[in-house]
Amino acid sequence: MSFVEYSDFIQDGDVAIVYLSHSSVMPVKVQHGAQTQTRYGVIRHSTDLIGKRYGSKVTCSKGGWVHVLHPTPELWTVALPHRTQILYTTDIATITMMLELKPGSVVCESGTGSGSLSHAILRTIAPTGHLHTVEFHQQRAEKVAEEFKEHRVDHLVTVRNQDVCKDGFGVTGVADAVFLDIPSPWEAVGHAKAALKKHGGRVCSFSPCIEQVQRTCEVLAEQGFEEISTLEVLLRVHDVRTISLPLPDFGPESGASENAPPNNTSVTLKTITPPREMPGHTGYLTFATKPRT
Amino acid sequence: MAADNGDDDYQNRIKEGDYVVLKRGQIFKAVQIQQKKKVIFEKQWFYLDNAVGQLYNTTFEIASGGILQPQKVEDAESSFDSKEAGTDNRNIVDDGKSQKLTRDDIETLKEQGLKGQEIIQQLIENSSTFRDKTGYAQDKYIKRKKKKYENTVAILKPSCRIMALMYHGREPGKICHLRYDTLAQMLTLANIHAGSKVLVFETCAGLVLGAVMERMGGYGSVIQMYPGGGPLRAGVESFGFPAHFHDMLHDFPICHVNALLAGTMDTTAKDHATDEKQYNMAAEKGQNQPEGEQQGNPEEQSMETGDNPLQDQEKIEEEKRREARAQDKKMKLEEKRRKLAAAAALLEGRNADGLVIASRFHPCPVLLGLLKFLAPSRPFVVYSQYRETLIECYTKLKEQGGTVNIQLTDTWLRHYQVLPNRTHPLLLMSGGGGYVLSGTTVAVDHSKPAGSQQAEEPAPKRQKVKDTEG
Repeated sequence: MSFVEYSDFIQDGDVAIVYLSHSSVMPVKVQHGAQTQTRYGVIRHSTDLIGKRYGSKVTCSKGGWVHVLHPTPELWTVALPHRTQILYTTDIATITMMLELKPGSVVCESGTGSGSLSHAILRTIAPTGHLHTVEFHQQRAEKVAEEFKEHRVDHLVTVRNQDVCKDGFGVTGVADAVFLDIPSPWEAVGHAKAALKKHGGRVCSFSPCIEQVQRTCEVLAEQGFEEISTLEVLLRVHDVRTISLPLPDFGPESGASENAPPNNTSVTLKTITPPREMPGHTGYLTFATKPRT
Repeated sequence: MAADNGDDDYQNRIKEGDYVVLKRGQIFKAVQIQQKKKVIFEKQWFYLDNAVGQLYNTTFEIASGGILQPQKVEDAESSFDSKEAGTDNRNIVDDGKSQKLTRDDIETLKEQGLKGQEIIQQLIENSSTFRDKTGYAQDKYIKRKKKKYENTVAILKPSCRIMALMYHGREPGKICHLRYDTLAQMLTLANIHAGSKVLVFETCAGLVLGAVMERMGGYGSVIQMYPGGGPLRAGVESFGFPAHFHDMLHDFPICHVNALLAGTMDTTAKDHATDEKQYNMAAEKGQNQPEGEQQGNPEEQSMETGDNPLQDQEKIEEEKRREARAQDKKMKLEEKRRKLAAAAALLEGRNADGLVIASRFHPCPVLLGLLKFLAPSRPFVVYSQYRETLIECYTKLKEQGGTVNIQLTDTWLRHYQVLPNRTHPLLLMSGGGGYVLSGTTVAVDHSKPAGSQQAEEPAPKRQKVKDTEG
């Protein structure tokens, strides 16, 4: 198991994802002799997990069952323990494509936060790329480095505990793409420019507030970035429902016989309904291209 | 850095034969660099010859005669100093007479070889209302004129982002109206990454296939399942992948899927029948041609009738050519058979790592048929322009079991104009980008009946409309 390569069978030391339902997904560190509590009962790692195929159904002690899935960055995003507000798959997917990430890409990211985007980047740039990620909070930096190791992706990433606005990314002229998710991204634009390769690259800044976006765009333009573009993307989830609608009874139609069979009283149809509320805003994504310098 | 310098001279320079993308503003067009070939882009004709040897991302000016010239830095950073500006538009009357230059005047300026910038300068000087406009209105005016009179084109290296933007802007019908952010969602939800084995069924001119290939970087394998006679993937060429990427690309006709699943597909016997048929056709063709030639050319005929040795010699030559053609055909068919067998071998194990469907076909049967090739605990994504088809997929998947985490979604996309004191969303936005159904396979449990032990969403209480979970 690794977050960048599939395997078929669960092994001791793996991080697996226990799927109970769409809203209930939990990560599990597989260990001989260990147990995991779920609302359906206990999962015993040695008998229920180790040696089983990923995707298997596991019956818990109380009789209910769950599925154990191979970890992916998308499942991790939904399951990971939050230390900060995280980026969700919708934004992550847009960022990945707009930054033109692919195997071999070298990426600089700050702040690392809880590592949600980091895992997605690592999956995309493996096996030949590298991620330089900067986190100014010491405990968070240590925790995420630990996770990278457990997830068997540490060879693809370097975590630096420093302030990107003051000290940059720790590397210069090597990146194909830079991503910023920090309170004052305009202060890091200069460092982003330095980190990018001489022949050019892509940059992205994620900010919840429009004022931040304005300041960042201004500095990007001043620093010579081109193709500056700001957008937002929101996910709409559709719930599939079978609904039954009653039909009105206008009485028997004139000319119909007394013994006419009664009409249908309702009609059933399959449709999609929106959830009561949906995420209305995560942040604005600003992309730009650094030309040759 | 040292590594960077090594890149400079080769990887980042435009070469003859390269597949590139032309760009002006938000308009893109994919073309191939070919010497002396006229290219049309945004109502202008030009040759790409001068681009060879230049760096990618260079902006060129289209000079007279259709010759490209790299744009000088000073020209690119043009600024129009407006010394005066008004405060609002209360006194500006739009009578259509504020511009003194006529269309003919402007044409004359163009013919004189004035650059776009200079034309705009002329327009400003000849506008009676320009100095009354507010600073912002002046900026807007200049931007509009730049868009109209600028004579530049940038040459970019193709990428999934650029190709997706291009197809969506130029020919959305060819890609089933798949918007670029929807494609981005699909690539991520399907966990496309290097080293995996991915099945793709698409009728999007090869855009989806190319996007998947880019995200795999040449590692692993991609099997294009195709309907009809042959795989359509013109778009893949435009991505300009290195040659070795094509080694990881396989294709398989869906008309053999059932046989493959049943274990009755024979990658040898069937093709022998086709082999023989084509072999005979080739032989016949060879036979017909020389006769046709002789009949069609009376001069030659009259020459030949009197000269036996020459006629024999020609017959021998013709035989040799016919044999060579037949041999060639045989080799090609053998190659085809070998490739089909290789693709079948990749599929047989039913251990593919991902499935991506984006086509004009009804997705439900496609999904149900191809899901069987996926290993357990692997993602699949299905795109459709229409939600109803995915509702059906959702329902069938729930009925038959074997999948979890099924979600029907679409994305809402909005672009912004960000300028000091003028920041707002753009006035026009995309009406829709299609729908995506995603999920993960699980090991099929034959002992217990399919169906979740808990309703994904409980039936609401006390509703006027009777509501049951589907």
